[in-house]
Amino acid sequence: MKVTITVNGKTHESEVEPRTLLVQYVRDTLGLTGTNIGCDTSSCGACSLHVNGESVKSCTMLAAQADGCEVTTIEGLAKDGVMHPMQTAFMENHGLQCGYCTPGMVMASISLLKENPNPTEEEVRIGLEGNLCRCTGYHNIVKSVLAAAQAK
Amino acid sequence: MGGSILGNRVLRKEDPKFLTTGGKYVDDLLDEPLLQNAAHVTYARSSVAHGRILSIDTSDAASMPGIIAVFTGADLGLEPKPSAFNPMATRTLLAMDKVRYVGEPLAIIVSETREQGEDASEAIIVDYDILESLIDVEQAMASTTLIYDACGSNVVFDTTALGVPENTGDNYFAGCEVVVKGRYINQRVAPCPLEVRGAAAAWGPDGRLTQWLSTQHAQGAPEPIAAANGVDVAQVHVKTPDVGGGFGAKIGTYPEDLLLGVVAKRVGRPVRWRETRSESMVGLGHGRAQLQYITIGGSRDGKVTHYQLHAFQDSGAWVDMGTILAPFMTRPMSSGVYAILNIECRTTSVVTNTTPTVAYRGAGRPEATAAIERAMDMFAAEIGKDAAEVRRLNLIPKFMEPHTTAIGGTYDVGNYEESLNRALEASDYAGWRKKQAERRANNASKQLGIGVSVYVEITGGVGTGESAKVEVIEDGSARIYTGTSPHGQGHDTSWSMLASEQTGIPMDKIELIWGDTDLVPVGTGTMGSRSLQQGGNAVYSVAGTLAEKAKSVAARLLEANEADIVLDKDKGIFHVAGTPAVSKTWADLAIAEKATGGLVHSDVIGVAGPTFPFGAHVGIVEVDIETGKVTHIAHYACDDAGTVLNPMLLEGQIHGGVAQGAAQALLEEVRYDDDGNPITSNLADYAFISAAEMPSVTVIHMETPTPNNLIGAKGIGESGTIGSTPALQSAVIDAVSHLGVRHIDMPTTAERVWSAIQQAC
Repeated sequence: MKVTITVNGKTHESEVEPRTLLVQYVRDTLGLTGTNIGCDTSSCGACSLHVNGESVKSCTMLAAQADGCEVTTIEGLAKDGVMHPMQTAFMENHGLQCGYCTPGMVMASISLLKENPNPTEEEVRIGLEGNLCRCTGYHNIVKSVLAAAQAK
Repeated sequence: MGGSILGNRVLRKEDPKFLTTGGKYVDDLLDEPLLQNAAHVTYARSSVAHGRILSIDTSDAASMPGIIAVFTGADLGLEPKPSAFNPMATRTLLAMDKVRYVGEPLAIIVSETREQGEDASEAIIVDYDILESLIDVEQAMASTTLIYDACGSNVVFDTTALGVPENTGDNYFAGCEVVVKGRYINQRVAPCPLEVRGAAAAWGPDGRLTQWLSTQHAQGAPEPIAAANGVDVAQVHVKTPDVGGGFGAKIGTYPEDLLLGVVAKRVGRPVRWRETRSESMVGLGHGRAQLQYITIGGSRDGKVTHYQLHAFQDSGAWVDMGTILAPFMTRPMSSGVYAILNIECRTTSVVTNTTPTVAYRGAGRPEATAAIERAMDMFAAEIGKDAAEVRRLNLIPKFMEPHTTAIGGTYDVGNYEESLNRALEASDYAGWRKKQAERRANNASKQLGIGVSVYVEITGGVGTGESAKVEVIEDGSARIYTGTSPHGQGHDTSWSMLASEQTGIPMDKIELIWGDTDLVPVGTGTMGSRSLQQGGNAVYSVAGTLAEKAKSVAARLLEANEADIVLDKDKGIFHVAGTPAVSKTWADLAIAEKATGGLVHSDVIGVAGPTFPFGAHVGIVEVDIETGKVTHIAHYACDDAGTVLNPMLLEGQIHGGVAQGAAQALLEEVRYDDDGNPITSNLADYAFISAAEMPSVTVIHMETPTPNNLIGAKGIGESGTIGSTPALQSAVIDAVSHLGVRHIDMPTTAERVWSAIQQAC
């Protein structure tokens, strides 16, 4: 089937299998491998990206469902070589180690602050419950998100 | 004048890439020329825990759309190969005669797309003669059913075979006023790196096999890959892309890695393989899985004089690295930080019909620490004294020369009481005890629990040194080649700091190369918290020697005496002392040396021995005594890793370690049903710790440098896990101890805590 999806500002018309997940479309069809796959039960959030400005686990959505949508992946966040404040906050607060959960974590965190611009530490922790990280113990991820909220 | 960069909170060089385009992990190698037109490999796996294979029918699968080939072990002519740790245990890389755990690979599907391969794996029909499933080590030892017939027993490794005497039993404690016994389960957990296993293989036009591998140790891979492919080791080139976490489980190679070259050759195409998370939960090695019988004895005033441990290590269904962690990591560390005059420790490793066990963050030391710390708590409870004070009474006093314990572990330097003092003070231990007393007095439904651990562990126990090469190229930039293998630790930043310190070349002009066996043929990889003290140490030493070498080149170019040449590290230039106006840059020297082999130095730098980081943790939990629910509300970690290179990276390692320790103490456990079916085989069922289940962690610094390497560093990768696990288990038990509870096995789930309260009341 044919889908028309705008990804990081560029519109793509693609032929996909009806069962193609949005994450497969982004990675395999468009070659945008910044979005990672960490599980098969929609538990880990490594594949989080934005659909029409809202964080979505892209393994829970079919490419067909994104037909006509605006999608942003980690590759689309920095503008003219300048990182998004959330990316900067992760860098400055050592919010990443192996980097595998990072793109999804950054995308989910941006969405979290959009919904709740001044969260408490507990609200950040609960807000990121669906994004798993095995390296950081979450300490510096939470710190990064709180720092990004402050930076606004 | 700038000071030393060492010891500073330097931000990571590697981050911009991870944050803007994402890393290049093995499944992201879409542009790799050798992998164009790659086919996908899917492994069909055993659905039963133990059974003889009567037949494998691949005909339906082979005729499905997009299927290029299907292979069984018989199709590939696989031969049984012995385990490195018990030669009587043999297996083929694909199960042929029998299956020994759910998830064991038994056939390979090669397909055009990954989805087609997954579809076809469902269509492979295996007929089994089901055998008794042995899930528990004691059940396996008691059964006449053998997992490896040639072993003659399900016990595959025992310290008695190494000449270590058997434990003497209860007589050992005849002179003790107080004797406490326990049976503790250090449960099986799943390492769960966010990136699962993956690899790709391609035969080049030169007849060599290139294999990309998500690994912690590229240099360990060519040998088994060459053996599996029947080629000389020089024919194998292993490359490591970015690796999304390892935690010990990606040290070794797995059957699924080793067969890719074989399959690529058969189908005449490069191949890629990436498992699913559900496969990974049964295919990637598991950690811990130790049953411990403990007896501790001493005097009523709190002095421990005798300790006996018999650890039963669950090896799972293969005699893999997990088998040898109990005898070689748990046993030497069984005394912990305590001056106990009489210790006995026997370990027995047993095969079961479960996923094979391997190293997992701490690898044998968390088990040793959990055992002695639990024993200390039990002893303290028995004599009615504060657990922190009983610890203090028994600590090995501060030592700055090597100290050997009764069990034979020799530690480098230690100041355990100071770490305990710092942790108690920073946590306001007395304040928490006061709050706890208030809640108890008020019969509050949410009770506080306070747990203390003091630990020592061994790091850099793997390898006796590491390779490093540093070269400066004609534009004045440098390349470091290291035999360690980062997968989150930040070696690019750390090794650049060390080389920059020695050469004055700015960090952003230093590139790190690792994990490529053509470019870095010698290396022991990243495991056992060895990287900085061996790999970083080697970079520091080699870069220093290169700077000296460069002075002789500068002397030649400046027509001066070598002894008069100085390196201005702030500017990265060489000049004669006192006359900085006439100078040579690193680029000048590199250009001058180009014709004679370049400006480069390479060496393997040894260390004097492993190091023994130590520390103390205080964990605070709140337990709802009506439901058993545990909330981890505060954590204080004092971890002494010797000289600190970059406190930001050190803290990151501690935070991550504490989370994995908390995960084991409070939440995570790999479980099987009685038939050996895994019931936690995806991330929806396995209780992977999340941000919502962790508090922020208070890190308390302490630095006691080791004399065993040039930079004074000990390991920090695993300390957080080793210290936090017993502190938190202890905290949960402490929260309900006034109700009569003395022990709760990990993980201390609501169900277990609630049940323990009901039984005690």
